[in-house]
Amino acid sequence: MKADTVKAEEATARTRAASVSRQRVVAGLALIVLAVAAIEFPLVFSSPVVTNYAIYALIFVAAVSAWNLFSGFSGYISLGHAVFFGSGAYTVGIAARDWHINGVAVFALLPLAAAVGAVIAVPFGLVALRVRRHTFIVITIAVFFIFQLMAYNFSFTGGSVGVSAPFLPWSPTSFNDHFYYITLACAAGTIVIAFLIRRARFGLQLRAIRDDEDRARGLGVHAMRVKLSAFVLSGTITALVGGVWFLYLTQVQPPSGFDPLFDLSLVLMAFLGGLGTIAGPVLGALIIEPGQLYLTIKYTNGYLSEILLGVLFLVIVLFVPRGLVPTAGEWIRRLRTRGRPASGTVSPATSAPPAPPEASEAPAREARTT
Amino acid sequence: MAREIYQAIVDGVLVGGVYALMAVGLTLIFGVLDIINIAQGVLVILGAYLSYVLSTRLHIDLFVGLLVTVPAMFVIGVIIQWAFIRRLRGRERTSMTLLVTYAVALIIEGILYEIFGPNPKQLNASYVQSSVRIFGFYLSDIYLYGFALAVLMVVAIYLLLYRTTFGRSVRATMQDETAARLVGIDVNRVAALTFGVGVAVTAAGGMMFGATNSFNPNSGYDLISRLLAIVILGGLGSIGGALAASVFMLTVESLVDIWSPEWAIVVFFAALVIVLVIRPTGFFGRQPVRAQ
Amino acid sequence: MTALLRTEGVRKAYGGVHALDSCTVEIDEGSVAGLIGPNGSGKTTLFNVITGYAKADAGQVYLADKRITNIAPEKVFAHGIGRTFQLTRIFASLTVLENMLVASKHGGAAARSRAMEQLEFVGIAGHHAALAGTLSYGQRKLLELAYVLVSDPAVILLDEPAGGVNLSLVNHITDRIRELNAAGKTFLIVEHNMEFVMGLCDRVTVLDSGAVVAAGPPAIIRTDRRVLNAYLGDDLADDDPHPGEQA
Repeated sequence: MKADTVKAEEATARTRAASVSRQRVVAGLALIVLAVAAIEFPLVFSSPVVTNYAIYALIFVAAVSAWNLFSGFSGYISLGHAVFFGSGAYTVGIAARDWHINGVAVFALLPLAAAVGAVIAVPFGLVALRVRRHTFIVITIAVFFIFQLMAYNFSFTGGSVGVSAPFLPWSPTSFNDHFYYITLACAAGTIVIAFLIRRARFGLQLRAIRDDEDRARGLGVHAMRVKLSAFVLSGTITALVGGVWFLYLTQVQPPSGFDPLFDLSLVLMAFLGGLGTIAGPVLGALIIEPGQLYLTIKYTNGYLSEILLGVLFLVIVLFVPRGLVPTAGEWIRRLRTRGRPASGTVSPATSAPPAPPEASEAPAREARTT
Repeated sequence: MAREIYQAIVDGVLVGGVYALMAVGLTLIFGVLDIINIAQGVLVILGAYLSYVLSTRLHIDLFVGLLVTVPAMFVIGVIIQWAFIRRLRGRERTSMTLLVTYAVALIIEGILYEIFGPNPKQLNASYVQSSVRIFGFYLSDIYLYGFALAVLMVVAIYLLLYRTTFGRSVRATMQDETAARLVGIDVNRVAALTFGVGVAVTAAGGMMFGATNSFNPNSGYDLISRLLAIVILGGLGSIGGALAASVFMLTVESLVDIWSPEWAIVVFFAALVIVLVIRPTGFFGRQPVRAQ
Repeated sequence: MTALLRTEGVRKAYGGVHALDSCTVEIDEGSVAGLIGPNGSGKTTLFNVITGYAKADAGQVYLADKRITNIAPEKVFAHGIGRTFQLTRIFASLTVLENMLVASKHGGAAARSRAMEQLEFVGIAGHHAALAGTLSYGQRKLLELAYVLVSDPAVILLDEPAGGVNLSLVNHITDRIRELNAAGKTFLIVEHNMEFVMGLCDRVTVLDSGAVVAAGPPAIIRTDRRVLNAYLGDDLADDDPHPGEQA
């Protein structure tokens, strides 16, 4: 009797392992196809109009992934990442202007933008991460406004005129092509970082904090350290992306560098795709950003895009609250297990410690029901 | 110099009263519903526009017009809560409602742009420009009326909360929603009505704001960021805190304004950050009791 | 036997409510200690103070000879005190195995196998890949016990480990506790289930309104008048025949 159940267990384990490695091969192939497609994209669609869409989409893919690796994993929704984005943009612009840097050398300023992002993130995070989640959101909003106002008021930021980027010696088509690859690198890099974090212990601790921060602390997780590290990393990357955006757009002003809709767009994209997943925010950005851009270009008095953004957000939050990727994942799982008995039941006792009698209590409900 | 400072303090207190009106609604909504209503700012502006329409098209006096706008905003508040917020459940509820109300704010702002356009408007009345002189200080009439109105409404809300059965239901729900349900309180109804009350006061706040500032649909951002700072400073859920913080913040801003108008608003937010470093729950905020 | 965990004169008030009033409790090393008392007597508050979830207004907490009063929860944990909660707290969106890994000091294969060991010990190893949110109430209680064990704490505080579970699961938990105690772990257990406490604990402390009313071996405690007063109220306790007395 005992030998049979052990053999049955081993068999199930083997088939499960086989299907997992099959999944991995498929996923790997899919990634390779995607990578090739991404690299070939500008060669196929060489029109600057199309690559413009792609560049903006990629900028937001990078920005959302960076935002998600803090907010999605930890559950602390930041509505102040525009602080980093704008600061990165202004850093590159001001440094280029004051240090008289021209041509391709401006790209060397990007690490500076990232560093500035990190420097801002530390005190920002130390203050903001001490409070409860909803207060945190409000503090990020407050800091955002402080930065926008500072951009207007300080003279070295150029006031409402802002800062312009130095001239880059590229033809219009190669300009877009170059930026396409730069932003592609940023996006890919950010996704890889997010992926690595999720698999690492660091990512586990973040997600535990999201589920129950106090409990995590009681199990030895240094919550403040973990949150702050993620926040600083997220801010650093966002600032870098802001710098790239500035160089592409060649200008920045207070309302564009510190745009109140920026963070809401990031949240919307992440929510649509699935907060806390890796692919989710990417998907969300690829769907929403081209749409937003299209509306801004078509209806130059941008009020309609605002209304649509709000409506879209409501629809998503109310009807697809977990996002596309988790919901799709669940459908797929349901399709696969249709007809077969539910997996994961406790196998009868096969070793020394007796298995607990199957607890007959109903699954515990959420502590808060409303 | 001293004269300027005292005048600034007087101004700050009076303006603070007006902001208190809007902030009290916001903190009430949070205290009862655990919702941070980002739309409060744009709803104030909506109230201002309603007063504008009544005043310019129908030539109704601003204060008289409140008899129409306050109930109207109450209804709008109830609808918003019922349509969008009631469905939200789960652990992340407060953060989710914040995002939802942000979205609602965007929609209302867009609609206001479509109807009224981007050009600034202002509410006018005979008493908007005039002022009285007391002890050598200028107290502008509109602010005096506004302060009186603020006091009136805060007293009314206080009476509502502490002297009526409905108010008792509200306070019970504030303390423990499950327990409130168990004693038969219709929590959904309480939620909707409280949200309505919280928004209704924005009608008055909107009228006051519109009479003392020029406004367009974009003014909501600046307003909500100030209101949030005030409410957090005073302690989320504390009505007394909202009052104290309003007066405090606006007085500080008014004082800084003497030296530098541009930096006054930055100081406003900086004050928020500084206070939160020292005391994360605000002046009178409830200490977070460990959920055990 | 030396006292491994000790509180001295701990006071804690929430607003006007004195949750703990000069609370002095001693737990000997290697013992299984029980903490009982009517609802609201301060048992969970005492746990919170010991483990750093609440700040004591006065008094001290000692682990061996070290003072650990009012230090942060993660530091209390690092000193070797683990604790469970009355309403099970697990990380719902992580898998059972991932829940275990949160408490591990290091990552890697060693941590995983140790985690699986603990899961097997409590008996839910088969669910290691399931999301913790899908577990039943009893399974969650076991998971909580398991992940507290991962870091091999010297002292384990259990808050109502037998609450709301059926009899055979209670026995299962009792057996696990006995095994761990035999291996040298010290326990402090809050429980309302009298049979559980009396059958398992070496020594029982009784709290009422935040103060220690009685402390001693279970047999003595269950007949102590003060304990009966605490649970039943003065009038009722005086009327009832004292257990062992003739009516």
